Amino acid sequence: MQLSGWGNVIRQPARVFRPEKRSEIQDVLNQVNGSSIIARGLGRSYGDAALNERGSVLLGTRLHRFNSFDSSTGILECEAGATFSEIIDTFLPRGFFPAVTPGTRFVTVGGAIAADVHGKNHHRDGSIANFVEGFDLLLASGEILICSRAQNTDTFWATIGGMGLTGVIVQAKLRLARVQSGYVAVDFKKTANLDQTLSAFAADDANYQYSVAWIDGLAKGAALGRSVLMRGNHARLSDLPVEFHDRALLPPQVRHRNVPFHFPSFALSPLTVRLFNSRYYCRHEDGRQILHFDEFFYPLDAVEHWNRVYGRRGFYQYQAVFPQSDGGSGLRELMEKVSNSGRASFLAVLKSMGERSGGLLSFPMPGLTLALDLPNAGRRTVDLLRDLDQIVLRHGGRVYLAKDATLTRENFEAMYPDLPRFKEVQQQLDPSNRFSSSLARRLGIGAGQ
Amino acid sequence: MSWVLIAGASSGIGRAVAGQWAAAGNNILLAGRDLDDLGRTAADLSLRYGIRAEALPLDVLDFSRHAAFFSEALAKAEGRIDGVVIAHGLLPDQAEAQTNLDVLRSTIDTNYTSAASLLNLIAGDFEKRRSGFICVVTSVAGDRGRQSNYVYASTKAGLTAYLQGLRQRVAKANVSVTNVKPGFVDTAMIWGKPGVFWVAPPERIARDTYRAVRRGRGEIYTPWFWRWVMLLVRSIPDVVYRRMKF
Repeated sequence: MQLSGWGNVIRQPARVFRPEKRSEIQDVLNQVNGSSIIARGLGRSYGDAALNERGSVLLGTRLHRFNSFDSSTGILECEAGATFSEIIDTFLPRGFFPAVTPGTRFVTVGGAIAADVHGKNHHRDGSIANFVEGFDLLLASGEILICSRAQNTDTFWATIGGMGLTGVIVQAKLRLARVQSGYVAVDFKKTANLDQTLSAFAADDANYQYSVAWIDGLAKGAALGRSVLMRGNHARLSDLPVEFHDRALLPPQVRHRNVPFHFPSFALSPLTVRLFNSRYYCRHEDGRQILHFDEFFYPLDAVEHWNRVYGRRGFYQYQAVFPQSDGGSGLRELMEKVSNSGRASFLAVLKSMGERSGGLLSFPMPGLTLALDLPNAGRRTVDLLRDLDQIVLRHGGRVYLAKDATLTRENFEAMYPDLPRFKEVQQQLDPSNRFSSSLARRLGIGAGQ
Repeated sequence: MSWVLIAGASSGIGRAVAGQWAAAGNNILLAGRDLDDLGRTAADLSLRYGIRAEALPLDVLDFSRHAAFFSEALAKAEGRIDGVVIAHGLLPDQAEAQTNLDVLRSTIDTNYTSAASLLNLIAGDFEKRRSGFICVVTSVAGDRGRQSNYVYASTKAGLTAYLQGLRQRVAKANVSVTNVKPGFVDTAMIWGKPGVFWVAPPERIARDTYRAVRRGRGEIYTPWFWRWVMLLVRSIPDVVYRRMKF
């Protein structure tokens, strides 16, 4: 079966297994003895993290049951294939919401842990790691290891952010956050350039639980880094108009649209993106709005297969973080590079990040993170990404593995200082390298490499 | 609250059907062989939908225990089961089924005999009580045998005829009998198999099934277009059909 990442750039064949019962996961592992295997959820990683060229892939989507929920602590125990979407559908009406959520709700719990995902509240609440109480991990030996913040901690911290390379997460305990509504009170604020954006972050990010800036990736010169800041707090009941009070916790009635086919390649030319970006920037006005969580956290989820607007050649998503000490200079250099390249970036998002999580291969670190989409134009795009890697490296930053498709082994090793410790743990758990992915081989993670 | 019994509840369709009835506020009895799996589904359903769900051991091939099983089910449901969905089934390798007697027999026993045996018990109870619904998942395959799966198809065709008669019998007692004929469904039964197309998610089958039972329909195809596809397939003259390869 052909599989691809969400960016649709890399397409690779693999043997795909999809167990429907818990006991079948172990059967699959026994069955593929000899070839390597990687767990995959909803395939939202952009590059090759959930691909295993000519190896095996274990699709966890049919094992998505909830085991137990404690409403006094908010701790949910569920199978790794459970999605954030169904967690919200089930638990928002009871006053709970994922404490950390990435920009799509179509991710599995297992995938979220393996990528140590972060959300718009990272500067305050950190990544998902802070809300993972524990999980059961199926090891290469066939044994199930119970890991938590107190038990088998080496494995725990290698698995969080470990991209599935320590084993298969079978079930997990996640702490949900208590909320009074499904809405977010958002303050919009436009800035004219990067300096204004960064000083706005520095001045009052602390007042907001959620903070993110849409940034015009094509603006140049004096307008470089002009942004629309969207910062808000989960709405309390008192923030909502009275007529909303009895449906504050209800899921929205959204109309889902679909992109039924790949757009032709001219659809996203630098010109159309420039028009879109200008319109987006001009349309927004400063002020407060109450937004439903779906609009605020998951704007793209309203369009199924939105990735197809980039056409058959697909796109790269690039996300890097620069350390706090860098003071925005690396970010500026990177943005200038992208802007000057003329490679249209449709969606560019900037946010400040808080403390690290402890995951050995986790991406977040205190500083600023920028994510952008780049349509795939072949060699030129890869060359540009290589240049961006150099900028990131020079400024002490790193690239997010869940999005990456092109990082080289050397650059990866320089970006992730805890890699040697990760490899130690991984080698102990899986000396014959039964768990592997295309990403792992590209980056030289695994036995004998 | 009413209780609905699902036989074959850890099959892809069985699980989806259980979810559909649970979401509508019914208590669920999940019957099947894999108690560990059924227990997990039961916990999930009661957590998600705030209903009661119980796992119940059922080996459909153990015919001598069918009566005892149904008594246990009734006991768990406080004496009254309001409806039953039979969703277990076996899709054998056709080449084996046409050469190996054991495979032939186990296919017939699983798909036809066990369902008929359970329904003999259940229909009697429902008829006496003068209420309840019976729903059985068969297959579009039963509409016309094909060289690639006619052993499987014949069990579903047999079951379809059984249900036609049963429907006529129990209609007088206010009991409905719904025959659900899905096309290809995205479950373990066909995962990774070549030659499948227009594959529907099990949740779609469950939704259509629920609606058909609520409306008291006798027979449905799901998704709907299979009705017309099968009409076409049935109308191919035999002289042509026997030359065809599909």
